[in-house]
Amino acid sequence: MYKYAVKRILLMIPTLIGAGILVFMLMRMIPGDICEIRLGGTGLMVDKEQIDICRENLGLNQSLAKQFYDFAIGIATFNFGDSMWTGRPVTEEIAVRFELTLQIAFMATLTAVIIALPFGVISAIKQNTWIDYVIRLVSIAGIATPSFWLGIMIILGLLIVSQMVFGEPWMMPIQFVPIWVDPLANLSQTIWPAVAVGYRYAAVVVRMTRSAMLEVLREDYVRTARAKGLFEKVIINQHALKNALLPVITLVGIEFAFLIGGLVVTEQVFNLNGLGKLFVDAVLDHDFTLTQALVMMVVTIFVIVNLLVDLIYAWVDPRIHYS
Amino acid sequence: MKFKTLKLLTGTTAALLLAANVAAAETPKRGGTLNFVVGSKIPSMDGHMEGTFGMIHPIRPFYSTLIRVNPANPSSTTDFVCDVCSSFSSSDDGKTHTFMIRNDIKFHDGTPLTAADVKATYDKLVFPPKGILSLRKKFFSMVDTITTPDNYTLVMKLKYPSPTFIPSVAMPFNFIYSKKDLDTHGYKWHQKNVNGTGAFQFVEYQPGSHVSGKRYDGYHHEGKPYLDGYKAISAPKMAVRLQAIRGDRAGIEFRGFPPKARDDLVKALGDKITVQEGDWNCSLLVTPNHKVKPFDDARVRRALTLAVDRWGGSKALSKIAIVKTVAGVVFPTHPLAANKEELTKIPGFWTDIKKSRAEAKRLLKEAGQSNLSFTLLNRAVDQPYRILGVWLIDQWRQIGVKVTQNAVPTGPWVDSLRKKKDYQVAIDANCQSIVNPIVDVSKYLGSASNNYAQYMDQPMEDMHAKMSRSGDPAEQRAIMRKFETRLYGEEAHIIPTLWWYKINPHRSYVKGWKIAPSHYLNQHLDQVWLDK
Amino acid sequence: MAINETYVGVQEEPLAEQTWGGVAKDLIRRQPLGALGGLVVILMIAAALFAPQIATHDPEINDFGAMLEAPSLAHIFGTDEFGRDIYSRIVHGARTAMLVGFTAAICGSTIGLLIGVTSAYFGGWVDIIVQRVVDVLIAFPSIILALAIVIILGRGVGPVIIAITIPMIPTCARVVRSSALAVREIPYVDAARAMGFGHARIVLRHISPNIMAPYLIMLTTFLGAAILAEASLSYLGLGVQEPTPAWGLMLKSGAEEYAESAPWAVIFPGVAITLAVFGFNLFGDAMRDVLDPKLRSR
Repeated sequence: MYKYAVKRILLMIPTLIGAGILVFMLMRMIPGDICEIRLGGTGLMVDKEQIDICRENLGLNQSLAKQFYDFAIGIATFNFGDSMWTGRPVTEEIAVRFELTLQIAFMATLTAVIIALPFGVISAIKQNTWIDYVIRLVSIAGIATPSFWLGIMIILGLLIVSQMVFGEPWMMPIQFVPIWVDPLANLSQTIWPAVAVGYRYAAVVVRMTRSAMLEVLREDYVRTARAKGLFEKVIINQHALKNALLPVITLVGIEFAFLIGGLVVTEQVFNLNGLGKLFVDAVLDHDFTLTQALVMMVVTIFVIVNLLVDLIYAWVDPRIHYS
Repeated sequence: MKFKTLKLLTGTTAALLLAANVAAAETPKRGGTLNFVVGSKIPSMDGHMEGTFGMIHPIRPFYSTLIRVNPANPSSTTDFVCDVCSSFSSSDDGKTHTFMIRNDIKFHDGTPLTAADVKATYDKLVFPPKGILSLRKKFFSMVDTITTPDNYTLVMKLKYPSPTFIPSVAMPFNFIYSKKDLDTHGYKWHQKNVNGTGAFQFVEYQPGSHVSGKRYDGYHHEGKPYLDGYKAISAPKMAVRLQAIRGDRAGIEFRGFPPKARDDLVKALGDKITVQEGDWNCSLLVTPNHKVKPFDDARVRRALTLAVDRWGGSKALSKIAIVKTVAGVVFPTHPLAANKEELTKIPGFWTDIKKSRAEAKRLLKEAGQSNLSFTLLNRAVDQPYRILGVWLIDQWRQIGVKVTQNAVPTGPWVDSLRKKKDYQVAIDANCQSIVNPIVDVSKYLGSASNNYAQYMDQPMEDMHAKMSRSGDPAEQRAIMRKFETRLYGEEAHIIPTLWWYKINPHRSYVKGWKIAPSHYLNQHLDQVWLDK
Repeated sequence: MAINETYVGVQEEPLAEQTWGGVAKDLIRRQPLGALGGLVVILMIAAALFAPQIATHDPEINDFGAMLEAPSLAHIFGTDEFGRDIYSRIVHGARTAMLVGFTAAICGSTIGLLIGVTSAYFGGWVDIIVQRVVDVLIAFPSIILALAIVIILGRGVGPVIIAITIPMIPTCARVVRSSALAVREIPYVDAARAMGFGHARIVLRHISPNIMAPYLIMLTTFLGAAILAEASLSYLGLGVQEPTPAWGLMLKSGAEEYAESAPWAVIFPGVAITLAVFGFNLFGDAMRDVLDPKLRSR
């Protein structure tokens, strides 16, 4: 177990280096130039002289090797530099958004798990009955609905319904307030995206729970338990669910990691000032320092969550050998 | 509600205008916080180096300028009044401009404002030291010296008299900074810090979320501002900005909404919504790359402009996009603009579209390009780029030209236009703040840094040079007509579309704000009040 | 099809009896939902193939006399802001969707399959290096990867397909590799090697056919995902280009501006996307149940 953990941790290093090289190259391959966008973007009169000043100030006239060296040293020493767009420290830009993103990720995960586990289990037990069919249809619909469409419908629906009921249209807050400052304002903003994301997320987890459950129900030990005449409930609780949970934990872990920085579209729809929006903006603005730092952060979170999932896996399921 | 203005000819000094103000004079109420939404983000807070309304809307209220567009009459294109000055005048030869600076103004940190501060500001704008960005430097190329004979007098001497000078001074980006700040903190301090003399004091900036300001009690325009404060909330998606006003999370958005959004708001909220509309000093233009065949052939370019039904398009597009007015090269309500009779003589503006398209087909045939097909480079922005792209492609289809679109994000779009110059035909924009036609049309000069069509037309260069140094409005107007006809008709260097149309539906309780021809203008917010 | 071509049929549960007809029968009897999904898939493919025949209007021609008209006999799904017939645009949009969906899914899963199998087969350093690359691609935020690729490659359907495909490859490669590792240990692979078959032949004809189940499951999942990904890219302004009819594009402009005043401009493209993804997922689920021996019903 100990050896396994060390090996897994060491394997994170090449992943991080690879991601660093990839983002560094990708960003420089995207046609465009932050100075041109910023100064000449809207057809303004800009001389080459001004563009050069801007490039010089941002260090873009340095050689690629020097730029990569600075980036690598920066990452290694946890000095991520300043955002090229705003001139503010990257850590400051990210910190402001991290809280919101983390909260939505937690709420969506909670929503998903609460909905998905019972329905997934029921769906598996009642396989090929109408209950199973309804659950599957609803969950597949969750996967099939484009999230931005769902978001717009939620916003519009709230406005129209509230105007019909109260006379005044109600819109969720469009500006983030931390939960400890004003819980009500916070929740009335975050609950909607959490539900919109949670629905799709739940749909994925329901399907995984169902198939994991089905698989386990066919394992010999469950059959044996059945044959021994144990009650269905006991079988499910004691034997099946525990083992079926493993792939579900994996999925929840990976999805959670994905939500950090992956909610690109949802954040736009609900006007959330989160990491996903920052991410897209940074890429489109050619903000190298910010994009690089964001990618490194997201990849780090991803590999750590994966590591934790694997370790839990290994710890819970003794059948796994750590070769 | 539209504000009509009298048309007066511009001279070197600002003309005072009478405004037929439709709104009944109401006594402004004091207090309250105005929430508004902004569809872009703040790069840095230094107005001198930025060009986006994403900076102007939240930051402008912290600062004053030397002169500004008359807040009571912002839709005029020629009405400029003092902000930190008490009066301004120019010498008879138009080469010396004298600004008397008020002596009762204090920066938010308590430092009194003198002519030295204004001079330091303009030195930074006009003569930036090495390594310091000034996006406005070009506008002041006529300025020779800036001096302060005494503490409250500022004199700017020009190399030659120029009708573009005063409008350039009135640009909203020319924030007055304190000399002390520039001296002690350097020229980059204002990118992240605020110290101005504007109606509001800086409170908070949360990146990506909002900027807030509170009332500055020492503000130099008496009795103002009326608001206790404001909050500029960032909301990049149009749908969110619209619904924010509907759900009263914001009272107003200052850039502009598409027509359907206005209709939806009015339908849902009735008289709780007030709509202000007017022409907008922005337009999209089609830029054929003169270095790529067959767009080096004027006949092909003329065919492309003749194919476009602008009068018909205006009716249809004004229902779905932020464009409306058919006009020539000058902002429609400006004295230098072509009237309808002059306009309809220019190819592409003929009222008979059948005749126009027949001529287009003939020209294509003559040029041996009857089966022309090309790719249109566009910017992946909905309003109005995408809509105009689809419309243009369908217009060109009607003369047998096949066009595919390549709509890309701003970065690659700018890259292709400015650096690579590898496109065939592109949609480009000309969007300016102050209506300053002679400067605004400089984009159409082959020598201009923001002209991407890759042509060099010496007669046009000469016309423009003559126009920018002419003191006679009638002469300016006559040259402008020739310039226009050559640009759009004879050479068709650039294929014009429609002028943008600014639509600002807002909560009716937001009072005192009047629409201007640009979303950059009249955003100091000192005159805004809330009727709640 | 490869399923029947298992050379040396040493398997726990031989697939020989699973002909395509048998699968279909199985599906309807035991998987009514899957059959429904199959029907939707067939419908979508038919719409794509016969779009010019079943469309009532040219999907790209503007008609400013008929802007944003409600559904009527002339325009059964109404018209959009340019007066274009929404029904015809949806039918033609099926072409784009199927093109993007099938190409991306087939390329993504097949390249993934080859990489996964090769990695497992050779093992050692090849496996270690390939898996590290896969690690990087899996950990890398996929929407950002797609965004960057589509901007770098530029215009048209091609770049969109590539941008959607590339993030799929590592996921598939990872799944396939673990299945292939198991197959590698089976004696017939050794036998094939002993007979002097080349690596390519062993990988392609001996190992690959035996991991068809995970491959097909990945493939059907990718189909729906690709259609959704195209819609998301369109929403971000980076998808297929106007005036080409594409569902994501239709939904994007409609949903933003006309959700209330012209709901038909939003509902029909939304339904088209949802239905297509729905169909592919139902079908895929059923396929999984039928193909995965471990999941076969008692």
